[in-house]
Amino acid sequence: MTTADTLEQKKKPPVVIIKPSRGWVGLKLSDLWLYRELVYFLTWRDIKVRYKQSVLGILWAILKPFMAMVVFTIFFGNFAKIPSDGVPYPIFSYTATLPWELFAAALGVASRSMVSNSNMVSKIYFPRMIIPLASVMSSVVDFLIGFTILIGMMIFYKVTPTIAILWLPLLILLALVTALGVGFWSSALMVRYRDVGYIMPFIANLWMYLTPVVYPSSMIPEKWRLLYALNPMTGVVEGFRYALLGTTQSVSSGMILVSSLIAIIVLISGMFYFRRMEKQFADMI
Amino acid sequence: MSNLAVRVEDIGKEYNIFRESSRYTTLREKIVETIKSPVKTLLNPTGSEKFWALRHVDFALEHGQVLGVIGKNGAGKSTLLKILSRVVEPTEGMAEIHGRVGSLLEVGTGFHPELTGRENIFLNGAILGMKKTEIENKFDEIVAFSEIEKFIDTPVKRYSSGMYMRLAFAVSAHLEPEILVVDEVLAVGDAEFQRKCLGKMSDVASEGRTVIFVSHNMSAIQRLTQECIILDKGKMVLRARTPEAVDHYLTNDFSASGERRYTAEEITSATHPFKPIAVRVKNPAGQVTDNLLSVEPVTIEVEYQLDADITGLRIGIYLMTSRGEYIFTSFDTDEPEKFQAMSARKAGRYISRCVIPADTFNEGRFVIGINASSYMTRRYFSDERAMNFSINTTGAPGMHWVEIRHGPIRPRLDWRIEEIA
Repeated sequence: MTTADTLEQKKKPPVVIIKPSRGWVGLKLSDLWLYRELVYFLTWRDIKVRYKQSVLGILWAILKPFMAMVVFTIFFGNFAKIPSDGVPYPIFSYTATLPWELFAAALGVASRSMVSNSNMVSKIYFPRMIIPLASVMSSVVDFLIGFTILIGMMIFYKVTPTIAILWLPLLILLALVTALGVGFWSSALMVRYRDVGYIMPFIANLWMYLTPVVYPSSMIPEKWRLLYALNPMTGVVEGFRYALLGTTQSVSSGMILVSSLIAIIVLISGMFYFRRMEKQFADMI
Repeated sequence: MSNLAVRVEDIGKEYNIFRESSRYTTLREKIVETIKSPVKTLLNPTGSEKFWALRHVDFALEHGQVLGVIGKNGAGKSTLLKILSRVVEPTEGMAEIHGRVGSLLEVGTGFHPELTGRENIFLNGAILGMKKTEIENKFDEIVAFSEIEKFIDTPVKRYSSGMYMRLAFAVSAHLEPEILVVDEVLAVGDAEFQRKCLGKMSDVASEGRTVIFVSHNMSAIQRLTQECIILDKGKMVLRARTPEAVDHYLTNDFSASGERRYTAEEITSATHPFKPIAVRVKNPAGQVTDNLLSVEPVTIEVEYQLDADITGLRIGIYLMTSRGEYIFTSFDTDEPEKFQAMSARKAGRYISRCVIPADTFNEGRFVIGINASSYMTRRYFSDERAMNFSINTTGAPGMHWVEIRHGPIRPRLDWRIEEIA
């Protein structure tokens, strides 16, 4: 904040009206903006603590998607002979595992975030949406670490990325938006119903098989693909393969559009649901 | 522009008391319940009873005022502060707040044990609503205030609890909101640090900022506030100048009978196996009375029951003035021989009795607090304001002068007057 701002505030202190709210309430995104530094600090805390506490921190971030890729390659690539759109199966599955792990990890921490930060929620006011938001952001670090392996694999398999690689940041954003949207729903639900905590890993597991991580979307009949893209992670995963490996059999701009649209709907509805539940958090947590 | 800082109008907060032992419902339970008894679930969807933690509270506060909030546990003090700091939403009524509210509901919120002192200062500052630049500017001041310079880059999990509290308070104390809401933070730390905290709080007040201060510590309330409100069972019973409010609070709650009996509802299972029964004062004739003479000895009795054996138990009394200043503390096993003899107290019913010698008290009302604990092990029960009694100084030294004698005690001293030249 600049000095001018501070002076302005001293002259005319903001007036806050505290009143009971009923039903659906506004999102108050301006409040979120006011507390943007807190998003940064909480993200930074989550990252710092994660890598401080586990010795294997960085190694873990590499090992997890890598081992998954190895298992997928052996069973789905070699034994089941699942097609891989003309690229070597290991890099085909790793390119998908990476954004999938980003999404799954972000969703996991976001779902638990309200309950695990309950002491803050019951003591101090700040826009609650910051908590799931910061948890999702902190998952990006693992992703970036895992990405270095992908670069190595691309060199090994002599894959030259095309100009399509420029889509990557937007695809990462799409994965995060999806995780955040579902995360808003699940974290708010978990405050009320603790067993959501047990359901979420199961949902994530099923969701992975509904996403073309171990198989290509080209296995799905053409006419069903748009429907298939209602799963936003379909768009993310196939988009990743297109951006990095240049596969075109499995993806269309229509699919990406459908996925993005759904992700945005989930995000906005999640925010509204979260805000509606927010007033009860401090009472229930 | 009016100078209004806070206006509270008819504010109320209703809570659900959950019937189940666990307050968390699970989705499965919810579904099963809905199928089993659809009507009941529809009528009472949360399966709970409601109660008002706070209701019909109105007050206004101007900028620069320091308001004390006093009341027993469960009177609604914390609920009020939580509403004003926007942690919980009121069920009815409204509050208008002019300015940034900083709350010290509990210091150290968001502290992470794995992070260093430096990192926690930034994190905690941000949680409390400070900007990064603001924290950077005040960083040295915060560190100096907390006296932990040497350990600033050590993870706080290695701090002693005193260091931890000092650092936590230091961050909170350097928050500069227009309105500061404080809950009992002064109950922590050593005497030296408490003094420092009180000093900081009065600085805040003298800078013209508004403070709402909740405490059980009547002397802190008296030092810091000019005006107080008293809450009782969620209702505001009095708003008055501090001395009057404190007096009212410390004396009016009790029946003036010379005895305080504990009812079953007052005692939670947390005190088990200790169960207080009564506290009473007696005159030399053995009568239980509220009105005692200062020239006669005063007998204080604490009656209690032990549902199981307790080792190392000690029953203590605190004596306080009606202003909440301590006069003394004493335990029934203060004598080492007595402690040896009574160290293991078997289950059963007991009275711990002491006699305060004649010519101890000055005129006025006095408050007895009781405490049952095992040293360094556990505090079973404590009631800082168990009961009170009044002392009449008829026949006391110096009564032939009609004037106020300062101080809570009025000993009869063996004065000698010698002519030396």
